[in-house]
Amino acid sequence: MSPLVFVVLAALTLGAAVAVVLNRNPVYSALALVSTLALLSCFFVGLEAYLVWALQLVVYAGAIVVLFLFVIMLLNVQREESVLPAPGVVAGVGVGAGLLALGVAHAVTRAPAVAMPAVAEGYGSPAHLARRLFTDYLVPFEITSVLLLVAIVGAVVLGKRRI
Amino acid sequence: MAVDVAIACAKAVFMILLVLQVMGLGVFFERKVSAVIQDRIGANRAAILGFAGLGMVNTLVADPVKFLLKEDVTPAGADRFLHFLAPIIAVVPAVAAFAVIPFGDVLEAGGRVITLQAAQLNVGVLYVLAMAALGVYGVVIAGWASNNRWSLLGGIRGSAQMISYEIAMGLALIGVVLTYGTLDLQDMVRQQGKLIWGWLPAWGVFYQPLAFILFLVAGIAESKRIPFDLPESESELVSGYFTEYSGAKHLMFMMADFVEVVLVAALITTFFFGGWQVPWLMRDGFHLFGQVYAVPAAWIVVPILQVTSFMLKVIFFTFFQIVVRWTLPRFRYDQLMRLGWQGLLPVGLVNVMVTAAVILAAGTVA
Repeated sequence: MSPLVFVVLAALTLGAAVAVVLNRNPVYSALALVSTLALLSCFFVGLEAYLVWALQLVVYAGAIVVLFLFVIMLLNVQREESVLPAPGVVAGVGVGAGLLALGVAHAVTRAPAVAMPAVAEGYGSPAHLARRLFTDYLVPFEITSVLLLVAIVGAVVLGKRRI
Repeated sequence: MAVDVAIACAKAVFMILLVLQVMGLGVFFERKVSAVIQDRIGANRAAILGFAGLGMVNTLVADPVKFLLKEDVTPAGADRFLHFLAPIIAVVPAVAAFAVIPFGDVLEAGGRVITLQAAQLNVGVLYVLAMAALGVYGVVIAGWASNNRWSLLGGIRGSAQMISYEIAMGLALIGVVLTYGTLDLQDMVRQQGKLIWGWLPAWGVFYQPLAFILFLVAGIAESKRIPFDLPESESELVSGYFTEYSGAKHLMFMMADFVEVVLVAALITTFFFGGWQVPWLMRDGFHLFGQVYAVPAAWIVVPILQVTSFMLKVIFFTFFQIVVRWTLPRFRYDQLMRLGWQGLLPVGLVNVMVTAAVILAAGTVA
């Protein structure tokens, strides 16, 4: 990915992410969240990680945020009133964020230039990823699926008073 | 380099034109097929210099012009920005999904080998599912931004319906992906050129008949048309999520619906009916019962036959969906949800399990 494309995409992504927090209308916030996730997925295209790109779109943009929107509309959430915290808090958060940005910038510019190791042909392809996932990382994968199952059962129990 | 860019653009433009032409044909079918089914004549009033073209002038010229010239109304209290954006969000993903659908094998010309597919992607199946999933935003945003109870109900119904049926759609495709062992659509279509027992084309529908039926039902549900048009349902919600849209914006929602119909037809063709494959036609000619019947000027004639084959199949399945739309009554909402979650989902899971077990037993995929 060329530096120009990267900078433009990064600026757009940050703008969308800030819009998620600053919008007073929850529907707009949810839409800004979709934009953030879609823009993030563009970075995966730049890394030629097409599988991660597609999964990001299917899972986050296609399913999760749709459900966010669904709930917001079903509950008919109205515009939030603007409540600014105390000036001291705002100033403190601003200074903290500025220092953090400076620190990151410092670390990035001082980092020694390391040649990127070349990846093998087919790295990150569905077949490659699946083979690693179901051999080297099988146990974490299975534990994650049990976790998801627990979450589903929990949601059903909470949602239905009488089963 | 410039030639490569030109070729890539030409492929994309060709695909978009193909989609829009078949879509127009779909609108024409919609009017005329409904007329035949309901035993009436159908659109035949508009004519240019006495030429009505079986109603084509009416459906393909007069209707769009009328839509474009109508007043564009934004209701009071609507969210103007999102109201404007929703039809665009509805159309774009549906058209973009066609990028990975192959419309031919390869064209060898001028020392180049051109793959007849706008974008060859090793995760094509997931890309198609992602674009199908993004289409729901147009519906939801239109429903919310119109500031209308009917629209909002339509939008909410639309999002619930599309999420429910995407699961069945994905499960149906897992069976196909297991069978062919690839997520790349071009690769999948190439494998469908093989023969079972030396004479039957190895099309997806012969390996995965159950997945075909699941995909067909889920696909029609995704395009939100009768019998699954609960987001619109005129008898309850006026016109559902696009009640408050008029003129060109209304036309764009209609267009999104029809592009989705063509998309479902193209996907059914690609996954289950051999895509661009002409039965028994290889790159050099027809292979039938051990004989080879060579095709003259095969470098150009074979791709033309393949593209024609792809288009005819897509047109057929577009036609088929329109016949379904004018034959069946609308589901009730609880029936719709029961069919999706208690009908298609378990059948899809069983299909995946059985397919996986058979492949494991046969040992075709290591």
